[in-house]
Amino acid sequence: MKLQQLSLFLENRPGRLGAPLEAIAAEGINLMTLSLADTAQFGILRLIVREWERAKQVLEHAGWVVNLTEVVAVDVPDRPGGLAEVLRVLESAGLNIEYMYAFSLRRGDKAILIFRFEDPDPAIDVLKTAGLHVVDAEELFSHFP
Amino acid sequence: MPQSGFLIENRIFDPAETLSRPDLAALQLERLRDLVERVAHVHFYRDHFTLHDITRRSIRTLDDLRRLPFTTKDDLRRHQPLGFLAVPRKDLARIHGSSGTTGRPTFVAYTPDDLRIWSGLCARFLVAGGLKPEHTVQIAFGYGLFTGGFGLHYGVELVGAAIIPAASGNTRRQLDIIHDLQPEALICTPSYALTIADAARDAGLDPRALSLRYGHFGGEPWTEDMRREIEEELDILAFNNYGLSEVIGPGVSGECAARNGMHLQEDHFLVECIDPETLAPVAEGEPGELVITTLTRQAMPMIRYRTRDIARIYRAPCPCGRNTLRMSRVAGRSDDMLIIRGVNVFPSQIEEALLRVDGTTPHYLIEVSRPGTLDQVTVKVEIRRESFSDRMDRMQALRERIAREIHTVAGIRAEVELVEPRSIERFAGKAKRVMDKRGLTET
Repeated sequence: MKLQQLSLFLENRPGRLGAPLEAIAAEGINLMTLSLADTAQFGILRLIVREWERAKQVLEHAGWVVNLTEVVAVDVPDRPGGLAEVLRVLESAGLNIEYMYAFSLRRGDKAILIFRFEDPDPAIDVLKTAGLHVVDAEELFSHFP
Repeated sequence: MPQSGFLIENRIFDPAETLSRPDLAALQLERLRDLVERVAHVHFYRDHFTLHDITRRSIRTLDDLRRLPFTTKDDLRRHQPLGFLAVPRKDLARIHGSSGTTGRPTFVAYTPDDLRIWSGLCARFLVAGGLKPEHTVQIAFGYGLFTGGFGLHYGVELVGAAIIPAASGNTRRQLDIIHDLQPEALICTPSYALTIADAARDAGLDPRALSLRYGHFGGEPWTEDMRREIEEELDILAFNNYGLSEVIGPGVSGECAARNGMHLQEDHFLVECIDPETLAPVAEGEPGELVITTLTRQAMPMIRYRTRDIARIYRAPCPCGRNTLRMSRVAGRSDDMLIIRGVNVFPSQIEEALLRVDGTTPHYLIEVSRPGTLDQVTVKVEIRRESFSDRMDRMQALRERIAREIHTVAGIRAEVELVEPRSIERFAGKAKRVMDKRGLTET
């Protein structure tokens, strides 16, 4: 039920974001989504790709420090209040979100929310019990023919 | 030059400052012989003296100094604390310290006589540079283990002038005190003098209109350009002085009214200038490492202490009447020590701080700059997998942890910059750890 997320350390200066993306593109690896957390001085780039093992290898080989984290994906209807409902569930269960990001699928009316929890398993249980749809890798990537 | 027309009369505090060369040499020789006798039971010197059969009688001329061993900062560190004491512990009157290559200070001790002599040495250059009993002096040096504050304090007191012991920091308050109490003189690091000028302007005051007429600056390297800037900004005369805690503190040398080189206080210090590689003396007037022998220190005499400071020593008649050798500004170091806002910092201290933080690399670079008037240190540290987290709070905590360790070990506040792996240039031989962009060395 969990997704593998790759994180990269980047210095915050021109051109640093493009380089790793080009490196995986050159290997024909398609990017599902990304998120960037930044400070004035450095940034953390988080990537969701189907072929994460190969992407990790490519990036590490090119010299980046890559970190692997398990994250949880939930799909919600792409309409007002979609995210708020999920957050209510997590909040009432007392689960702390380390960070999250969201993206819409090209087809259909779904939005995907990616959550990083300290411990993903109890969070998955809570989400499922609340009747929310936790998306696994196979299902997620099936949207990308 | 200041436009207010403050001029320094040529005054001499201690007649010993104008000894003739032959009289001075005779005094030095006598004191050097006494010194050999006094240090004979200091463990570090005793072994060498026994091995080479050195006694008071071995010193027939001042050139025999070269038969004596060098003393290095490492030697001091290995015999810490107080392994170099030449008097019983009960005879000590004060203990100061300087930062060492590790996190712990190197202690230096003083007897009451040492303190009396030290005050006199400071009084000499202060008087040579304008201090009169009727003046008020603001001391904006740190008071503490650092020798600057207390050394100058008792020098000013000996002259009989009034002291405002403002100590270092809180620039706005320094300015208010200057404004309210109207001191004639300022004592601090040269960069701090410029900081005070900036603060005055920020407060809507004309720094040139302040009461200050002259200042004695030291504790860090500076240049003639900085002197011009300080004099222009504050409309004062700026005097340079030199010293280091290992041999006493401030008072080894200082400028007279001519402000053309610092007069070495040769009746208390024998100063050599050597090539740091070959250890042979350099030709007179050539740059070399200063090596200082204390002729009168009681508690912790130093024989041929290698200062690591690079300067020139020369003899030339001076209109002030002092016959001493003079030394140039310190133009650099023969080791990798940095002086950051008056604090001695060794790259090895930064390395030690990094070692205390798990997951940091041995690959780091220390960048020193002076964006305004004060030194700024940025430590670039390469990130590695063990220390990298996808969580921003953890990354910020890592930065803060490194900065905290650097402050603990080296005593300075540094900006920590995390950088990508392999982004710091690798060197085949000795790694280049420091980029000093302050331009403090004159060519």
